[in-house]
Amino acid sequence: MTEAGKPPPSRCEISLARPHSGAPQWMLPLDLDALTGCLASSACLVTQTTSGLIIGMLLFLVAVGLTLIFGVLKVVNFSHGAFYMFGAYFAMTAYQISGSFALAMLCGAAGTAVLGLIFERVFMSRVYGADVLMQLLVCYAFVLIFDDVVRMVWGPEFKSMGMPAAFQVAPLFIAGGVVPPYYLLLIGVALAAAVVLGLGLARTRIGKVIRAAAHNPGMVSALGINTGLIYGGVFALGGMLAGLAGALAAPVRSLTPGMGFSVLIESFIVTVIGGMGSILGALIGALLIGLIRSFGSLGFPLFTEGLMYLFMVIVLVSRPTGLFGKEVA
Amino acid sequence: MTELQAEQGAQALDGPHPQAKTRRNREVLIALAVFVVLALLPAVFSSKLLLDFVIRCAAYGLFATSLNLLVGYTGLISFGHGMFFGLGAYGFGLMMQKTGVPIPVAFAATLTITFVVALIIGAICVRLKEIYFAFVTLAFQMLIHSTILSWVSLTGGDQGLRGGIPRPPFFGIDLSNQLHLYVASCALLVIGLFLMHQIAQSPFGYTLRMIRDNAIRASFIGIDVWRAKLTIFVLAALFASTGGIIMALFVSGAYPEFAYWTISGEGIFINMLGGVTTFLGPMVGAVLLLILNDTVTRLTDYHGLVLGIVILFFAIGLRKGLMDFVVEWYAQRRNSAGERG
Repeated sequence: MTEAGKPPPSRCEISLARPHSGAPQWMLPLDLDALTGCLASSACLVTQTTSGLIIGMLLFLVAVGLTLIFGVLKVVNFSHGAFYMFGAYFAMTAYQISGSFALAMLCGAAGTAVLGLIFERVFMSRVYGADVLMQLLVCYAFVLIFDDVVRMVWGPEFKSMGMPAAFQVAPLFIAGGVVPPYYLLLIGVALAAAVVLGLGLARTRIGKVIRAAAHNPGMVSALGINTGLIYGGVFALGGMLAGLAGALAAPVRSLTPGMGFSVLIESFIVTVIGGMGSILGALIGALLIGLIRSFGSLGFPLFTEGLMYLFMVIVLVSRPTGLFGKEVA
Repeated sequence: MTELQAEQGAQALDGPHPQAKTRRNREVLIALAVFVVLALLPAVFSSKLLLDFVIRCAAYGLFATSLNLLVGYTGLISFGHGMFFGLGAYGFGLMMQKTGVPIPVAFAATLTITFVVALIIGAICVRLKEIYFAFVTLAFQMLIHSTILSWVSLTGGDQGLRGGIPRPPFFGIDLSNQLHLYVASCALLVIGLFLMHQIAQSPFGYTLRMIRDNAIRASFIGIDVWRAKLTIFVLAALFASTGGIIMALFVSGAYPEFAYWTISGEGIFINMLGGVTTFLGPMVGAVLLLILNDTVTRLTDYHGLVLGIVILFFAIGLRKGLMDFVVEWYAQRRNSAGERG
């Protein structure tokens, strides 16, 4: 499960290889030399920050859907990672058939949107009245089912989409750090999604209706608006964003059934840190987790994940509703 | 702390039930009878597979029933209960491998460690509201899991505790013998279930139900909600840890999967499968899940697909656990029989 979030190998790790230190036998692995060494070199700093940013941006796309679904439907979509996975697989298949990168992205996003809509209308809508456990259980069932469906259709082995030819160009050097151009595209697309989503919710009529439905669904439906449609739409939107994240990740990550899982857990951490239901919180939380991952992997190579959980515990203990969460979500 | 809490609960309710003592005597008899039947099972069926199955049921049953004390009785949806299962398995395994103390000492020491850890984690978690409680417990679970993975020199990392756990005989009991291990597991299971049932039926148990139904009202009549929740959190952790110890004894090792979040997920699933409104629901659920797991893995590679469909059937089709269903059906039948008679 460490696979998905691992930053790509950076050059400074090699250059900073240090002699074996005689740490006591039962100590937790800790490599502060590498961390401080990196913080001192601008090249390493840029490389690690970029890799932190792309981890963060991918997480943001997944987490924002999660937080949106929770905010409007009050459902914790435990199967959200599966949409990320399907997005990646759809994109890979579309790319292999058509050879067009844009079409691959489109397929990844649109395919998961349809999937989200069906999933919500056929299954999730049946358990809205039931308690949280039932909802979690339905999602848990789909985590298992979706993973096996992917295994059936695409096979259990690791797959790779490969970098599209348009991005197979020399990397950029910024302050001595290596930045592949694809990373810039990825960050740009995610940022654009954040802005469109934020403005759309704040300014448009549909955004207003969605916010109203989150606040008081009974009143919204009394005003003659089909709340079922809104719920389905929000779920589709959330699924689409996760699918887009999966599609964007497909060229730089290897694809495997179950790849959605680590992303899911991490985006939960992101939403919980940022505050359930808050889009800004999801963005800040995702960036923090991304940076913790990329720099933590230098200082605490084996305990990177532990570091994230530790951070989450600290945030929740000091602010139980997350950084940007409201008291009544 | 428990007695104190129980007294408070007793004051809050009508005082202890007058027939409580005779009921307890009856329960002791039932527990003894169940234990005798289980212990005599190997004399009738000599199948080793069956004994293994019952041992695994004991480990999972204790774990799931203790989770039900939190989920069903107190309304605390813990998504990290599996950490105590893992803690029990690793604590016991490490104790036996590194120090070589006798088994009962290691058992007591593991429970003590679990007690301390659960007290610290519980003190942080139980004041949080439901969904946040679920996630913070999950975070602690993963924290323990990543500690196990990364502390390779102590825990063996992702390989787990290998090389077997030494199981020296004590008081004439040799746990490396399958039959002895079987009887010991049954004894632990029966004692554990009996104790948990006592907790659930005690005034303290009714305090917990009240907190589940209306925590604000409970605190208005003078119940320290935080303290009651913490008490049950720690108690449940001890039973989960016992389940982990049985598992460690059974596989003669401990693996990171024991502390992974899926164990907690399975625990919740077991609870739903069996039903959370009856005491024995989770035990029934544990047996069902193990049977399901064993048959499905034998029949198909797509084990998750089948399991998922079964879960969907329970969650969307029945909307309740098996025992809930049986209890309701039984009550309905009795009612209609009463009307006719």
